[in-house]
Amino acid sequence: MGGGGGGVPEELLTAQETALYDRQIRVWGVDAQKRLSKAHVLVCGVNGATIELCKNIVLAGVGSLSLMDDHVVTEDDLNANFLIPPDESIYSGRSRAEVCCESLKDFNPMVRVSVEKGDPSLIDEEFLDKFDIIVLSRTSMKTKLFVNDNCRKSSKHIAFYAIECKGSCGEIFVDLQNHSYVQKHAGEPEPKELTYHSLQEAISVPWKNLPRKTAKLYFAMRVLENYELSQGRSACETSLSDLPAVLALRKNMCDEMSLNESQIPTALLERLVAAGKKEHPPVCAILGGILGQEVIKSISGKGDPIKNFFYFDDTDGKGVMEDIPGPSTN
Amino acid sequence: MASSATASEEAVKAAKVLMVGAGGIGCELLKTLALSGFRDIHIIDLDTIEVSNLNRQFLFRKCHVGQSKAHVARDAVLKFRPNINITSYHANVKDAQFNVEFFKQFNVVLNGLDNLDARRHVNRLCLAAEVPLVESGTTGFLGQVTVHVKGKTECYECQPKPVPKSYPVCTITSTPSKFVHCIVWAKDLLFAKLFGDKNQDNDLNVHSSESGSSKSNVFERNKDEDLDQYARRIYDHVFGYNIELALENEETWKNRRRPNPVYIRDALPEEDSRQNGSSHDCSNEQEEPSAMVSLGFRNPQEIWNLADNSRVLLKALRLFFEKREKEIGNLIFDKDDQLAVEFVTAAANIRASSFGIPLHSLFEAKGVAGNIVHAVATTNAIIAGLIVIEAIKVLQGDYKKYRMTYCLEHPSRKMLLMPVEPFEPNKSCYVCSETPLLLDVNTKTTKLREVIDKIIKGKLGMNLPLVMIGHTLVFEDGDGLEEDEAANYALNLEKVLAELPAPVINGTKLTVEDFQQELSCSINIKHREEFDEEKEPDGMVLSGWSAPVEKQVTSNGGASSSGAPDTDGNPEDISTKPGMKRKLDEILDSKENFDASSTSSAQVVDDDDDDDMVMLDEDPKLAKKKRLQ
Ligand SMILES: [Zn+2]
Repeated sequence: MGGGGGGVPEELLTAQETALYDRQIRVWGVDAQKRLSKAHVLVCGVNGATIELCKNIVLAGVGSLSLMDDHVVTEDDLNANFLIPPDESIYSGRSRAEVCCESLKDFNPMVRVSVEKGDPSLIDEEFLDKFDIIVLSRTSMKTKLFVNDNCRKSSKHIAFYAIECKGSCGEIFVDLQNHSYVQKHAGEPEPKELTYHSLQEAISVPWKNLPRKTAKLYFAMRVLENYELSQGRSACETSLSDLPAVLALRKNMCDEMSLNESQIPTALLERLVAAGKKEHPPVCAILGGILGQEVIKSISGKGDPIKNFFYFDDTDGKGVMEDIPGPSTN
Repeated sequence: MASSATASEEAVKAAKVLMVGAGGIGCELLKTLALSGFRDIHIIDLDTIEVSNLNRQFLFRKCHVGQSKAHVARDAVLKFRPNINITSYHANVKDAQFNVEFFKQFNVVLNGLDNLDARRHVNRLCLAAEVPLVESGTTGFLGQVTVHVKGKTECYECQPKPVPKSYPVCTITSTPSKFVHCIVWAKDLLFAKLFGDKNQDNDLNVHSSESGSSKSNVFERNKDEDLDQYARRIYDHVFGYNIELALENEETWKNRRRPNPVYIRDALPEEDSRQNGSSHDCSNEQEEPSAMVSLGFRNPQEIWNLADNSRVLLKALRLFFEKREKEIGNLIFDKDDQLAVEFVTAAANIRASSFGIPLHSLFEAKGVAGNIVHAVATTNAIIAGLIVIEAIKVLQGDYKKYRMTYCLEHPSRKMLLMPVEPFEPNKSCYVCSETPLLLDVNTKTTKLREVIDKIIKGKLGMNLPLVMIGHTLVFEDGDGLEEDEAANYALNLEKVLAELPAPVINGTKLTVEDFQQELSCSINIKHREEFDEEKEPDGMVLSGWSAPVEKQVTSNGGASSSGAPDTDGNPEDISTKPGMKRKLDEILDSKENFDASSTSSAQVVDDDDDDDMVMLDEDPKLAKKKRLQ
């Protein structure tokens, strides 16, 4: 438990904050709560998984949350997003970010929630510098690589996350660059440091270098990314009819990188392409919960963060961390 | 694939589900159920909304404080899914209206409860109604989801559950060594003595009652006694005089650090002697009297020194008499009662300083005293997602795929979410099997009332029990009894077992039933005359049931010891299953950051299909305990 310890903290939480955050301060301490209240988060791509994340970090009391998603709301968006009421008169003609911003504000009056108009593929370093945490979802791999790169160029330490829910499967990628934190070991705080790989590095590692038990979803997601790229599709724009072409691509990639094709089961690829843009709501809750905890960990500098992928698949029910090395390792 | 997706969608659409609890897990669960296509959801919750809920129970807003959780949660979800049916009940799940018939209308029951008692009750009703139960709990970053299907998996009570830890009376009254002992003393003894029911037994004054029995009313305020004088007299008595008395008993301190008596003249030399009343004017404006605020202390995380604690204690005592005199005699400690928390914090700290125990802040003391369990939104959201995934499997009757899933703070075998196959029912479980229990009791001195209170209600968790000896009904609880019946039962309650209309002696078999829970069990009686006061404080011993395991730091076994911890539901199973799960316990101990080395006890089936899952090391004795499938 945090606790004041000796001396008077330079800045007290207000009585309102203390009452509201009582239960969570008991988990991560007052210092972490203060750090949270100073953190600025940008979420690009508003969907079921990211809305779960937004709910969690607004409740936790981050300083500010900016939403970027200019797409006009359609019926598809209702699928897993509980902030969009099924009433066309409310959402029609308005962007996802606008509609969700209002409801999120309600969750916690102490958090500033706002809309950033624009396209994540045009995010530059100067814009990024306003934030401590960037989360991308439903953007092309190209955009993710571009933003991740800009985060790394910035002189400021910016945490980068990518999150995708495809049907009943999900992936989270984490790049904290050089991350220092405190690990509690047998009650004693112990300073730790982790060095992360960039997204580019983490997806370019030769498959034959990876341990045999690496999550099958890691490989499957790379096949799908490549497929979308080669077809000029936007993120998650697939259907069952794409399966034969996706299976062909799997064969090519596996041959090229000496991986047994059975490491990427057909049934898994079939579920992923068939899901398309659909998100299974319980999986969104799980992914948004895990990522919410990660964001809180990285801001507070407390607890072991994920390095560097997290996978969930509801067919086996496992939530797995993968530490994918850079291409040069080994 | 596509067809199986449709099958599950159809099952979800047609399902009628019961949610018990609309708190931390409940809010998340109701939202996720609605999004997942469930159309007929019933939700029961007794509670009303509090400010400290708002950081995670996201369906609630500040304007809802004081309103029914079940109703507000329903209305909030209907706003984004207006076309589904949600029926809410602002009621206790133990109410008679929620009987077996009521439970039978549901395809699955989903628990998001915060206490053992209600969980056991729902478990029994689900068994009786033969409705599958998905059970859950969270603490901080830890959580779990389990599935209980009659005849297929273990029931919620097949394995022991933790109960609040109790402390030996003498540790609390004479030899505290931890801060929690001081809190228990301050809360259950001092606070209860001064402000609670005067007729309750209280061990506060064990020492002084030995010396002079005339002074038994030392805690009463004398007529015309100045309030300040009274507060100081109490202070000196409990922190000074009582400690001096205790010190006389040399035997106690042979191997212990001797405590220092603390008198008010030492704790607060001169400065505000006798003049403590001057600052209390400003407290008139406050809505809720607070010693902290009156004294200008703002930071609940700050650790006050002995002098400040002494000021808070005197002030709090005054404020109780000045502002809340009507409540005195009826007060029960409540973690949401600011003044009570201030009093207990200060008293515990003064006692701690006397015994050389480190002092704590009000915030920390409140956590210990209120038995507040850590809770965050993210864990609840994850657990709710896992509950829905299990519920969908249950609806499809896909029992080979049922899993218990643990949400971990630190990965085990790379897993943050760890699925484990459910266990088969425990054949000697008194709840879901028909194994008789054994009760050692002195049948010549023990009254029926004691057996009912301590064993049948206290240990077996029955709500409205009925007791039969052979074919003779000796007791029945509940409404609708004839007057003469009720009078007869009341008489029986006060009789010792051997003198009941059908005498209970060595070898007698009792049948105990609860109609609401549709639970019936047999208890074989063994007459015994001697019981160890320390180890067998009930004066009777029940065996053949899974005794709860003492786990959490809470309260002592005194009259006011608090019941339910304030939590979104403890993940009890995580740490308390014997044998087979003891290893899991090591992995999951929340206090320790375990690393890869401690995870070796969990065995992953290493095959190449998608379906590998964790197998736990088995205790050889339990190796026969088969898993499903
Ligand atoms: Zn059982």
